[in-house]
Amino acid sequence: MHGRGLNIILGVYVALIFTFVFAPIFFSLVFSFNSQRFPTIPLGEFSTEWYAKILSDPDIWQAVRNSVIVSTTTAILATTLGFCTAYTDFRYNFRFKGPYLALILLPPTIPLIIMALAMLAWLSRLGLSGQLWSIIMAHSVLTAPFAMAIIRLRLHQMDPDLEAAAWNLGGTEWQAMRHVIVPFCMPAIISSLCLTAAVSFDEFAVAWFVSGLNKTVPIVILEIVQGNIDPQVNAIGTFVFLTSISLVVAAQVIFISRQIKSHS
Amino acid sequence: MTEPLVTFRNVEKRFGDFVAVRNMVLDIHEGEFLAIMGSSGCGKTTTLRMLAGLEAPTAGEIRMAGRLMNDVKPHERDTPLVWQSLALFPFLTARENVEFGLKMRGVGAAERKRRALDWLDRMQIADFAERNVATLSGGQKQRVALARSLVMEPKMLLLDEPLSALDANLVIRMQGVLTKLQKELGITFVYVTHSQSEAFAMADRVVIMSQGDIAQVGSPKDIYRTPANRFVAEFVGRNNILSGKVLGGDAKGMQIATPQGTFTAQTPQTPLAPGQSVSFAVSADLLTLSETEPDTVNKAQATLISEEFIGSLVTLFLEGADGMEFKVQMQERALMDLDLSPGATLWLGWDAASASILSEG
Repeated sequence: MHGRGLNIILGVYVALIFTFVFAPIFFSLVFSFNSQRFPTIPLGEFSTEWYAKILSDPDIWQAVRNSVIVSTTTAILATTLGFCTAYTDFRYNFRFKGPYLALILLPPTIPLIIMALAMLAWLSRLGLSGQLWSIIMAHSVLTAPFAMAIIRLRLHQMDPDLEAAAWNLGGTEWQAMRHVIVPFCMPAIISSLCLTAAVSFDEFAVAWFVSGLNKTVPIVILEIVQGNIDPQVNAIGTFVFLTSISLVVAAQVIFISRQIKSHS
Repeated sequence: MTEPLVTFRNVEKRFGDFVAVRNMVLDIHEGEFLAIMGSSGCGKTTTLRMLAGLEAPTAGEIRMAGRLMNDVKPHERDTPLVWQSLALFPFLTARENVEFGLKMRGVGAAERKRRALDWLDRMQIADFAERNVATLSGGQKQRVALARSLVMEPKMLLLDEPLSALDANLVIRMQGVLTKLQKELGITFVYVTHSQSEAFAMADRVVIMSQGDIAQVGSPKDIYRTPANRFVAEFVGRNNILSGKVLGGDAKGMQIATPQGTFTAQTPQTPLAPGQSVSFAVSADLLTLSETEPDTVNKAQATLISEEFIGSLVTLFLEGADGMEFKVQMQERALMDLDLSPGATLWLGWDAASASILSEG
């Protein structure tokens, strides 16, 4: 009885969360195909006008190009960093390992706006701000903890004898890394690439502060909204949402399906 | 006598304050099946890991064929190990697992495949060569692990409790496979186990370890019949251990007074002075049981407490004077004409030759 009542309450709670998260996205999607300029009900006719408009806008194309470059490079850098850190944690014990790990996991706990300001101050002092790779650097720092967490989880599932078994069969430490550790971690590495790319692709605050004139997609969205009310924003928003959600879902599917496989 | 394949000279291994292996002196000979046996934490696995180069000795020397091995890296050795966890690579097929070591050593793909398939065939699992190892049964995985090590054609194979995850029937089968392989290949097997039955069934020589020390080295029969000390006597199965003081004796036997009576035991090599405290062991299968007083040199009366029946063998537990528990192991059919109701009083008997004196420690 008790359990059932609780289940109903939890069910309603989850439904509400989903409604509040997805309703705006859903309406954004609906209005992106609406011929009317203002988002009002009743809707006008079905139209792909706004999609045609963004596709013909060179600024938006440039922003998409920038975003793709930034998010792929970030994904590779952050995943590499995350892998190295996770492996260090797995393999070695040393003094101050606790603080070392805490430091690595710190970035997501800092409010983005503070992070963005600090990045801007630091990078401009070094003369590194206002470039595309400024965003890449900032995003790599921001997303490396996620990469590390995913890969660390995978390494913890590994039989610690596997690496020693590779040495025992004549593999050097590098060979063991290449032929045992990396293949074992591959599902986590792919997940991490997807996830860090998605975070970077979406990220606005830090990118806006350090990018200078190199706009990424979220920055362009803000500019459109600031300028006037233009349903283009619904179209481009839908596109960004679909990109990110695909990456995140891909990350989950790859990681979870491999986990089930390796435990069967 | 040829030079030993491996020599341990005063080898010690410490982890912080904990001494895992203490002052070990041991020779391992070419072509022998050596079992290292002991309970967990006795240092047997550490000894094996030192052979594989996964741990470096803190002090002393380990030599293989004369070469000092203390700081030789694992991958520069020729000491494949069959792991307790098997440590098969889960993302590879059975064949790729077997090929792994050859690949590390730079053997070409075609040659690798040929040799791997050859070994899988020898282990009678050629049909599963292209299967992912995660889908294989325990026994099949075991064979893949063996093939993966043996394909390297080592002079010495290390095995760390490889049968501990298998069920009892399969253990017996794999014991047969292992002893046959060892005889055929003529290479040295160093086999670490906590199981007495595995060690005694397969090994030419057994090393018994206790808290980092070697308690006894010998053939299974020597260890079973003449345990060197109290630890071995207690560790090795069903021994009755009696303690008392030496009364006197000659070359034929020592008289020892115990709370259970005065008994005669085999005279040890180092003579004992009268008055000295001493223990001796009588194996459970060397005791006789009768309703009437036996005509053996040693005899004692005891009350039957319980019996443990394992097929053709029966172990009886009896209580003697001063609360001493006696264990008697007999063929089931030899018990037919005895009164075995609990509480029955029976006579135990044994020869002087069956009682071996234990050194202290």
